[in-house]
Amino acid sequence: MADLETFRAEMRSWLEANAPQRLRGTPADQLEGVWGGKKWKDADPDQKAWLERCAARGLTAPTWPKEYGGGGLSKEEAKVFAEEMRRLRLPPPLIGFGLTMIGPTLLQFGTEEQKREHLPKICRGEIRWCQGYSEPGAGSDLAGLQARAEDRGDHYIVNGTKIWTSYADKADWIFALVRTDPKAKKQEGITFILIDMETPGVSVSPILLISGSSPFCETHFTNVKALKKNVIHKENAGWTVAKALLGHERTMISEAFGAGGGMRRSLAERARQYVASDASGRITDAASRDAIARIEMDTRVFGLTMQRSRDAAKAGHQPGPESSMFKVYGTELNMRRQDTLVRLAGPQSLGWEGPGFNEEELATTRDWLRSRGNSIEGGTSEVQRNIIAKRVLGLPD
Amino acid sequence: MDLVLTEDQALIAKTAADFVKEKSPVARMRALRDANDATGYSRALWKEMAELGWVGLAFPENLGGAGLGFAELAVVLEELGRTLAPEPFLGTVLLGGQALLLGGSDAQKQAWLPKLCAGDAIVTLAHQEARSRYDLNHVETRAERAAGGWKLRGEKIQVLDGHVADALLIPARTSGAVADAAGISLFLVTKGAAGLAATRQSRVDSRGAALVKLDGVAGEPVGAEGAAGELLARVVDRATIGLCAEMLGGMQQAFALTLEHLKTRKQFDVPIGSFQALKHRAADVFIELELAKSAVMAAARAVDENSPELAKLASLAKAKCSDAYLLAAHEGVQMFGGVGMTDEYDIGLYLKRARAAELTFGDAAFHRAHWASLNGY
Repeated sequence: MADLETFRAEMRSWLEANAPQRLRGTPADQLEGVWGGKKWKDADPDQKAWLERCAARGLTAPTWPKEYGGGGLSKEEAKVFAEEMRRLRLPPPLIGFGLTMIGPTLLQFGTEEQKREHLPKICRGEIRWCQGYSEPGAGSDLAGLQARAEDRGDHYIVNGTKIWTSYADKADWIFALVRTDPKAKKQEGITFILIDMETPGVSVSPILLISGSSPFCETHFTNVKALKKNVIHKENAGWTVAKALLGHERTMISEAFGAGGGMRRSLAERARQYVASDASGRITDAASRDAIARIEMDTRVFGLTMQRSRDAAKAGHQPGPESSMFKVYGTELNMRRQDTLVRLAGPQSLGWEGPGFNEEELATTRDWLRSRGNSIEGGTSEVQRNIIAKRVLGLPD
Repeated sequence: MDLVLTEDQALIAKTAADFVKEKSPVARMRALRDANDATGYSRALWKEMAELGWVGLAFPENLGGAGLGFAELAVVLEELGRTLAPEPFLGTVLLGGQALLLGGSDAQKQAWLPKLCAGDAIVTLAHQEARSRYDLNHVETRAERAAGGWKLRGEKIQVLDGHVADALLIPARTSGAVADAAGISLFLVTKGAAGLAATRQSRVDSRGAALVKLDGVAGEPVGAEGAAGELLARVVDRATIGLCAEMLGGMQQAFALTLEHLKTRKQFDVPIGSFQALKHRAADVFIELELAKSAVMAAARAVDENSPELAKLASLAKAKCSDAYLLAAHEGVQMFGGVGMTDEYDIGLYLKRARAAELTFGDAAFHRAHWASLNGY
């Protein structure tokens, strides 16, 4: 423990010296998170400096090995670092699917060469990644995917369409599932491959959602040359990799909602603008008060359950298929939270754009609409419940 | 503190699980119920539990306890809850014992707690009245000064383990209006005192409880006059956390019985657990149970750390456990189908216990309102 305290002191003084003043204490929702990548233009100078300083010390990916650009920290040290970041209320220097999805997958399945090629660029925020999983005909039945990769010796020629590719229009590389053996059983003919989005034949069209934004894209592959050296794990063994990555994706989605969806103000604070309180500060509308407490308590107990899972892992217990539980509960909790926020603001939640609605109200409306996708993306709640029933509860097929 | 059992705690859990399996199956509780047993539990087994150190687990060593904490007590209660053990932990360890520990004088603690830890004395707390519902400050029972001390008049309901108590702690009003926080004092009344009548009540869950009538009973003050309101809240927070641990064991067992039924009961030539309509509901029960477990572990550790969040975590645990236990029991009865409605099957016993536990120390709605108050809204 003495070593951990030394480490804490070291991190504290490093952060004091290196974290840009303007970023300290800035609420997360006032800053666009840094996703990095080649198309990252007009970078905020403070955020850019913060990313560069952290990356130089491996702190964008604190627990990854140093030789791949990480910080080489133990879980305990990473926790201390996170606590010290929170103390100064600092935003993460870098976010994105490189750090949360493809990185952990490469650490598990990548060759030495693949790790050396891709991980340092992720850590430095140089390459932004997107995920090519779903297809128009393959949603919950992901293994039914049809994007075809034909063997041409040292490379494949890929043809097909991926859908719901988050931020494909802003990404530099894609990790994709393609069919390399159309004759095999559907899970057994799939290969996990990395493709440069600049390769000729790759095109992207954003999809307009009910929330009015276009985070998702349709990604088309027309005779795209994909090098075999970019296959992860083995040809036709992509389903194993795909499932492991889905576990990372669910963890990421759950953690994003665990702390309350990055809300700057508490539900009660937001509610007070619309519902009456008495002199002691008590919200007088019993139904609103109960709705707020329900969300807050469920958020707290969800956070405790994620902590319990981390503590068990730290104590050496094998992690089970908990990620499905966190995915179901975390996403459905966020949907209830957005629902509650909309109801608390009443008619002020009906704005699409100004005038007459403030920024928070307009965001509330769109966040509510966007949240309806939470129980669909990353594996629907129904698929997760199937996984829990089968793999945790042992119920028969 | 980490939300994972230490090696020592895991060992206590294992010992308790083995003991319960061997000596306290649900059939034992059922037999006591069917025999209309006046005590309602086994005095011999209670003594054995005390000898194992469970009764005194969370009391200090100088008072005859083991000097451990609620994290340890919680794992024992969880195992006892699994088979609905009727022994008087709730009344004596969690209510009466904690009230004396937190509010008694040194002499009172010395007089009662070593005997309590040894399994030789039952001390409970009479916190409920006919019109109090979950409001601990609602005290109509009155205490008045009389020659040589205090005389108590009033009625307490469903006093847990009150029918076997050697001593009862009675909140009584010494000043103020009926629902005021100030003006409540605590008194110790001993078994057999003149004017005291404790009548066993028959409850849906068969848990031992008594209707206690006080007709000018002599009471010995515990703590300062008029200042018991805060003490009661602290004691009941702790008792709530202990009850939640017991509920956790019960809901897990109810769910285990249900899962077993889903895997073995065949209809349409297949196990009914293969139907997606039931799978998804089972998955939802599983999730709620996991959440309840996290809340109980955090709340028990909050007692041991004397955390400023103790009251909030007690409310969180009770809100989650109340709903989760009922959910597990309701879904259990439904998934068992017709036999789930029979007295012969155990799932109904868990439903009754779930309901009784829900309505003890406040249901989920009460605790959401309490959470809101504790958080300033």
